Amino acid sequence: MHWDIAFSNLDYFLYGTTSFDWRFPFIHNPEGLVASVILAFFGIFGAFWIGLAAGLMRMSRRWWVKIPAVCYIEVIRGMPLLLLIFWFYYLAPVITGQTMPAFSTTMFCFMVFTGAYVGEIVRAGVKALPMGQMEAARSTGLSHAQAMKLIILPQALRNMIPSFVNQFVSLTKDTSLAAILGVIELTRTGIQVDNRETVASFEIWITIACLYFLICFILTSYSRRLEAQLSRYQARDR
Amino acid sequence: MDYTFHWARMFSGEPAQWMWDGFCTTIQISTISLVCAMILGVIICILRMTPFKLFKWFSLAYTEFFRNTPLLVQIFFWYNASHFVIPKAINDWMNDLYSWIPGPFTLFGHHFVGEWMLLNVEFIMGVIALTVYTSAFIAEEIRAGIFSIPKNQLEASRAVGLSFLQGYRYVILPQALRIVIPPLISQALNLIKNSSLVMVLGVTDLMYQATQIESYHAMPFEAFTVALLIYLAISLVVSFCITMYNKHFMIQVMY
Repeated sequence: MHWDIAFSNLDYFLYGTTSFDWRFPFIHNPEGLVASVILAFFGIFGAFWIGLAAGLMRMSRRWWVKIPAVCYIEVIRGMPLLLLIFWFYYLAPVITGQTMPAFSTTMFCFMVFTGAYVGEIVRAGVKALPMGQMEAARSTGLSHAQAMKLIILPQALRNMIPSFVNQFVSLTKDTSLAAILGVIELTRTGIQVDNRETVASFEIWITIACLYFLICFILTSYSRRLEAQLSRYQARDR
Repeated sequence: MDYTFHWARMFSGEPAQWMWDGFCTTIQISTISLVCAMILGVIICILRMTPFKLFKWFSLAYTEFFRNTPLLVQIFFWYNASHFVIPKAINDWMNDLYSWIPGPFTLFGHHFVGEWMLLNVEFIMGVIALTVYTSAFIAEEIRAGIFSIPKNQLEASRAVGLSFLQGYRYVILPQALRIVIPPLISQALNLIKNSSLVMVLGVTDLMYQATQIESYHAMPFEAFTVALLIYLAISLVVSFCITMYNKHFMIQVMY
């Protein structure tokens, strides 16, 4: 076992560079763990808004609003993320007429891919509410949009939290796929060090796996606290 | 838009042959991994529910670790690093495939292993990675299904004179299976989609063949679109089956 090699490369796994400067990942070129975390956080942020739009569109009664959302959700949920990344990687230059950087390509794909799953979560969250909520809101004189915004969505969001955090964890794991297009993030640094050090593959991949595990563990434990905090005022007679 | 599409070239000659080969490999690796993952998942689930603390902790650590690390990292681990911990004898035995694969037996005039199934170390490591990853999810789902059956069902079965195992066999499991099967099928679907990742090892699955066509025939867009449609077709068929299953077999249970 050569754990010293894995640990001496820890800063390389974490930040993608051995001489680490805090300004470096944020301003110049996000690398290593910071790149993974940035991909995951921005990805889930975009996916939330895409998923909210897709989920609400899917629940619409107008077919020309509903059909595009259904197609989007079903197609994206039916394909592997790696395929979406490759597909868009070759499609984007055709659309824009210029080569797209791998980082933004994968970021876009993470948003679109996770957005479809979040769309289903939004739909399930709204469907889980009792029908009477909407009817009561309408009867007090709120419009449909107002009732959605003020009454339904705040409650639905609370229902969504556990599955949304699951999705966040999945996305965090999925960011490893960016390594295949050569984005320097946690997995890519693992590949690089693995190619450089010939004797320590085991230690390197266990360390990388533990780093991912740590991120996901922090996310889930924080979500439990968040959920408890947000359901303080919920009726306890259920 | 100065990209010219060559859709017709996708459906004849080399590209069509490659895509078909890739499709077969994807189905093979998914099927083998699914069967293994089911068995392993059930074992892990049983270990989790035994009263022995050691088994419980082991299976808890197993599920949490393999669920919370990316499949890609696990694939790299199994392929690049597992030979550091696997005993040398087993490692040599695995590399020396022809010593243990049950011969190139022929079926309908085809060599089963040579032509129908490309068995090599990459394939086996891909199967191991997919199996271990999926079994952690399957174990959690089966456990959730069994826990969703109220505990007094088991107590009632004991009260009418069934033994513990009989209670599980005749009362708990039939109800739990009905709940567990839809998530298990969607887990199978995830497995098929996840199997696209084994291309990083060079397993010649659908995704790998699409990248082959991209580089040999310069048809990236067509190749990936056809691959997309194939994966989509598999998913839609399976999700249609889930819907049908739910319509026919789910009964509304009121507790």
